[in-house]
Amino acid sequence: MCTYLTETIKITGSGKGADGWFSVSDASVYFDHPVHAMAEHTLNIDFRNPAKGPAARVAVELSAESARGLAQAILLTLDSAPPGMVA
Amino acid sequence: MNEALSAETISITGHGGDEIEAYLARPLESGVFGSVVVIHHMPGYDSQTKEITRKFAAQGYAALMPNLYWRDAPGAAPDDAAAVARAKGGVPDEQLVGDVGGAAEYLRALPAASGKVGVIGYCSGGRQSFLAACSLELDAAVDCYGACVVNPPPEGMPLKVKPVVGLAGNLSCPLLGLFGAEDKFPAPDETAELSKVLDGLGKPHEFHTYENAGHAFFAVNRPAYRVEAANDGWQKIWDFYGRYLAS
Repeated sequence: MCTYLTETIKITGSGKGADGWFSVSDASVYFDHPVHAMAEHTLNIDFRNPAKGPAARVAVELSAESARGLAQAILLTLDSAPPGMVA
Repeated sequence: MNEALSAETISITGHGGDEIEAYLARPLESGVFGSVVVIHHMPGYDSQTKEITRKFAAQGYAALMPNLYWRDAPGAAPDDAAAVARAKGGVPDEQLVGDVGGAAEYLRALPAASGKVGVIGYCSGGRQSFLAACSLELDAAVDCYGACVVNPPPEGMPLKVKPVVGLAGNLSCPLLGLFGAEDKFPAPDETAELSKVLDGLGKPHEFHTYENAGHAFFAVNRPAYRVEAANDGWQKIWDFYGRYLAS
């Protein structure tokens, strides 16, 4: 099915898209049909900057297992950073 | 039928008088033809759904697919436009009905149009096809594995999409439903319930549920594609539209 379920958050950072680097301000996270990945459903993330238009987007489509692994790796990396480095 | 056709991008008047992009495919053969509004799936106004639109023209129907995401992202790549539309919460039902209505009016006004207009939608568009057929005067509707027609979204899933089975009394035309037995959304019990409701209302419909097929079995570029179900499904569509849209 189309799950429609989407988490959207405000973010700060940069991403590299088709036209090079740009600042990103929003992220959409959803588990739904992918455009490219060969699976029925994937965990998809759009890093976006709506102020720069629809094409200002970095997209990933990950298997559920990959997405969980990525989430754990992100948290592990942040937790492992030297004290005082991560705000 | 020689399957010759023309296809082009045009502008039509959609919901609220908005000018939106649409993809039009027409048979080149002379004669009177029926028409079909094609509702794209949630991934958007993409090449695959344009191919489906052309398939109807090759079969002798004028077919028109409105770009439901045009307002949110005019001129954007289909996947980027879909991302914008998703972030905004999707297409409101009222807007969908207005856009399909605008497309139907455009088709009825074409030279050589018979005046009969059908609608078809896939995935989220399946639900929207049913919604349109319950909201507009149409001649035939096809729902390809649309979920959330009868059942609300699963508990804990905060979807904005609402069931539309309550509109079934207003269904204006015969309905063809094509579903996969392995689909969970809609699962066979949900489509059986819809059939029961339509039986109770005396609304003509025919549903086919294919074994060894799940959701999106028509999608030739996806792993969900099931050739036997898709081939038979297309035959069912040609037969159904042949009965209700033929001039």
